[in-house]
Amino acid sequence: MSRVHVTCTINGDPAEFLCDGGQTLLDALRDEVGLTGAKEGCGTGDCGACSIVMDGRLLCSCLVLAPEADGRNISTVEGMATGDDLHPLQQCFLEGAALQCGVCTPGFLVAAKALLDRNPDPTETEIRYGLAGNLCRCTGYDKIVRAVQAAAETINES
Amino acid sequence: MTVTESKPSYKYVGTRPVRHDGLEKVTGRARFAADLNMSGQLHGIVVRSPHAHARIVSIDTSDAEAMDGVKAVITGDDFPAVDPSHRQYDMCINVIARDKVLYEGHAVAAVAASTRDQAQAAAAAVKVEYEVLPAVLTIDQAMAPGAPLLHAHMMTAGANPPAEEPSNISNVTRFSGGELDAGFAEADLVIEREFTTQPVHQGYIEPHACVADTGQDGHTTIWCSSQGHFNVRSSTATLLGWENSRIRVIPAEIGGGFGGKTTIYLEPLAVALSAKAGRPVKMVMTRDEVFRATGPAPGTKLRIKLGVKSDGDLVAGDAYLIYTNGAYAGPGGLLGAMTVFESYKIPNFEIEALDVVINTARSAAYRAPAAPLTAYAMETMLDEIAEELGIDPIDFRIQNAVTEGDPSTMGFPFARIGFVECLEAVRDHPNYKAPLGPNQGRGVAAGYWFNIGESSSATVNLNEDGTATVVTGSPDIGGSRASMALMAAEELGIDVYDIRPVVGDTEAVGFTDVTEGSRATFATGMAVVEACRRMVVELRGRAAKMMGVDVDDIDWMDGQAVYTGSDGEKAPLSVAEITAKAKRTGGPLTATGSLEAHGAGPGFAVHLCDLEVDPETGVVRVVRYTASQDAGTAIHPSYVEGQIQGGVAQGVGWALNEEYIYDSDGVMENPSFLDYRVPVASDLPMIDAIIVEVPNPAHPYGVRGVGETGIVPPIPAVANAIYDATGCRIRDLPMSPIRVLDAITSNGGSNGS
Repeated sequence: MSRVHVTCTINGDPAEFLCDGGQTLLDALRDEVGLTGAKEGCGTGDCGACSIVMDGRLLCSCLVLAPEADGRNISTVEGMATGDDLHPLQQCFLEGAALQCGVCTPGFLVAAKALLDRNPDPTETEIRYGLAGNLCRCTGYDKIVRAVQAAAETINES
Repeated sequence: MTVTESKPSYKYVGTRPVRHDGLEKVTGRARFAADLNMSGQLHGIVVRSPHAHARIVSIDTSDAEAMDGVKAVITGDDFPAVDPSHRQYDMCINVIARDKVLYEGHAVAAVAASTRDQAQAAAAAVKVEYEVLPAVLTIDQAMAPGAPLLHAHMMTAGANPPAEEPSNISNVTRFSGGELDAGFAEADLVIEREFTTQPVHQGYIEPHACVADTGQDGHTTIWCSSQGHFNVRSSTATLLGWENSRIRVIPAEIGGGFGGKTTIYLEPLAVALSAKAGRPVKMVMTRDEVFRATGPAPGTKLRIKLGVKSDGDLVAGDAYLIYTNGAYAGPGGLLGAMTVFESYKIPNFEIEALDVVINTARSAAYRAPAAPLTAYAMETMLDEIAEELGIDPIDFRIQNAVTEGDPSTMGFPFARIGFVECLEAVRDHPNYKAPLGPNQGRGVAAGYWFNIGESSSATVNLNEDGTATVVTGSPDIGGSRASMALMAAEELGIDVYDIRPVVGDTEAVGFTDVTEGSRATFATGMAVVEACRRMVVELRGRAAKMMGVDVDDIDWMDGQAVYTGSDGEKAPLSVAEITAKAKRTGGPLTATGSLEAHGAGPGFAVHLCDLEVDPETGVVRVVRYTASQDAGTAIHPSYVEGQIQGGVAQGVGWALNEEYIYDSDGVMENPSFLDYRVPVASDLPMIDAIIVEVPNPAHPYGVRGVGETGIVPPIPAVANAIYDATGCRIRDLPMSPIRVLDAITSNGGSNGS
C-alpha cells in the first residue's frame, strides 16, 4: 500500500511526512516526524497524554488519522517555549512542582494553554473541567490547578 | 502547612528548588521508554490468551513465521524450563506461559516484525490450541471443596498442620499476642464486621515499554522504564537462564509505577526476539494489555472483630483476612496481617491471613500493598466504636495509638514515630470544625505503612569547576533527583543547582534495589550522604596538602575547608579551588556510598474527608480534603506534598469508582480508562497536605519514606464521611453511585450495622 504524503504546519514551521492511511496523527508525530512529546497513554482518547492543538482546536492526536493533518496547523508541547523563554505555564509547572513522573505533563500543558487561550481568567472550577480530559495519576491535580492559576496570573499581568 | 517537632536548621534540605529534570519534562524532551527508537529496530507484539484458564495443547507458529516482515516468533519453549521450586517460578511463567494459561491476557507467544502492523498481523496468525479448563474467579470458588486447581503443586505454605493436598490457598500467615478470649471477656463492647473489595489497577499513565538490542556476542542492552533496572536485569537473566553480566539495563524516564513497575513483563520477550532476529526489538503495551495482563492490587474478603472497654481502651482484636493475588502466590495476606492492627495498642489479638489464587492477572505491588484494605476495615470499625462510646474519633485514636516503645504486631518495639502528632495536626486544623452543608458528611481515618530500606549505591564525582555529579541507581519517579541533590548540597556545601543528579544504568553505578517501600529518598539518600561524607574526608585531605598543614586541623564548614590550627591565619579553600588543583593533590575526586539501609521509619497519616452525597443519584463528591503525614524530615516539601496529594487521589478513586469487572468466563470487561474510571481534575477539590516532621532517628536527615502511606487512609475516610452524610455503612468497594443509592434506599438512612 502506498503511503500518504501530508503537508502541514507544525509549531509554526512547514512540515511534511509520509504516513500510512490508517496511522494515527499521534504515531505520525512520534514515529515519522520525531516529536515524541505527545504520549500514548490509552490510544482511545481517554487520558489526554497525546493532546495537541490542530487549527485552534484541542484534540487527542490518537483519535485523529494522520492524513487528516494535511493542510492543517498543528501545535505540540515542543512548540510552547519561545527561544530560550519557557511559556508561563511551563515555568509555573516547574516552580509549582506540578509534575511528578512527568509523562502526562506535555498533554496537560497543551490542554492548559488551549484553556487559557480561550479563557484567560478561569475559575478553579473552570480549570478543573477544562483539564478533565487529561489524566494524571501522580499529583492529585492540586499542584497542576495551582500552576495553571499562577500562569494565568502571570500572563494577565504581562 | 508543616508541623515540625524540632530539627536542625538546614541551608538546602527543606527548600523547594525546581527539580533538575524538570525542564526536559515540561518541554517534551524527556525520554520515556516508548520514546526510544533504535536503528533497524523491529516491533514486538505479544500473543495473549483469550481464556482465563486453559491447557496449551499446541502452538503453531509456521503461518506467522512465513508472513511479510516477520523476523522472529517465540513461545515458552524458547526459554529454559523452570521448576516450581524456583524462587522466581511465578514471575517466569507469568512472563510467558508454558503448559497452562492462568488468566485472560496471559502471554503465550511473541512476534517481531519490521512494522507494528506486520507484527500484529503475524500475532493474529499464531495458532494456539487450548483445552479450556473451568475458571476460578472468586475467593469462594477458589476455596470451595473440589475447586479446580490453578497449580497442581501448590501446597499451602505456613499451614499447621502441614498441608497434605494441593489447594488454591498459597499461604497462611498467623500472628498473635496476649490471650484473645480473655481480651474479649474483658470488653464492654464487641463488634464484628465483614468487608469485600475488588482488584484495582495502579493506573500509571505510561504503559510498559522497552527496547532490547541483543548483539551477536550474546550480550544485550535493554532500555526500559521500571522502578528498578537492576531488578529488570536479574529477572530477565533468570528467565533467559543467562548470567546477569550479559545484560545491561539503561533506565528511561518512568511514567508512573506505584508498585506496578517493580516486576517485569516485556523485557525477556524483547531480548529473546532480538537474539533470534539479530536486530533491536521495541515492545510497547497497549492500555488494554496493561489492564488485562499487569499488576492489579489484590481483591479481598476481610472479617474483623474488635473488643473495647467502655473507657475507650481497645482490648482485643481478631482478624481473618483473605487476599487474592491473582493467578500466583502473593504477599497480600502477609502484608495485610502486618498492617491490620499495627497502628493501635491491642494487647490481645489473633490474625489469620490467607492468600488465594484465582484465574485473574498476577497481582503486583500497589502503594502500601494490602494496607488500604485493612485500614478500610479497621478504621471504619473504629469510627463505629467511637460513635457508640461517644468519644471524638480522633481522641479515641490518640488514646489507642502506638507510640515509641510500643510493640508492633510482630513484637518489635516502635522507634520514635509520629502517629499521635499526625492525629493532633488534623484535630487542631480549622477544617476539623469547618461547617458542613446539607447532605454533607465528614470522615476521619488513619493509615500506616512500615517502609523499607534495602540496598542502595551512589557515586559522587566532583567536576573540575567545583560542581558535582551525583549518580544513583534509583529511577526518579516523582522528584527524587531533586531530593538527592538537596542532601548532597547540604553535605558538600555546594549550591543545589551546581549538583547534577543522574540515574545511572546497571553498568554505571553500584547495585541498587528496586524502588519500593518508599525507600528511594530514605535509603538511596543515605548512600548519597555516605558518599558525600567520604568526599568531604578526601576534600579535607586535599586542602591540608594545599595549605601544607595537618588534616586534623582542617574542618569542613559551609562548603569550605577551614584551617582551625594555631599556625596563623590561612584562607579557606572552596570546593572549586580544591578541584582546580586536583591533579597536583592526588587526582580526580570521586567517592562512593553503598549500603544496606536499616531503620526505615514507619509512616503514619491521618486524613479528613468532607464530601457531599446526592441522595437522588448516590453520586459522591469530595468537597474538602485534609491530609497529615509524618515525613520525618521533608527534603523537598513540594514533592512530599505531591506524594500525599497523589495518594489521596488514588485512594479516593479506589473508594468510589475503581474495580476490575470480569464476565462469568473471567474476561475483563472494563480494560480502558473510559470504563475503568480514575479520578479526573473535576472529581477532586484542592487537597490540604499537612507535613508533620518527627525525624527518623535512623536517617542522617531524619527522612521517613513518604511515597505510600498517603493511599492508606482515604478509603475509610471516604466511607466514614459517607456514613456521616447518609447514616449508611458501606462495606463493599467501590462505593459507587449505585451502591450508595442502594444503601440509602434499603437502609432508609438508618445505621447499616
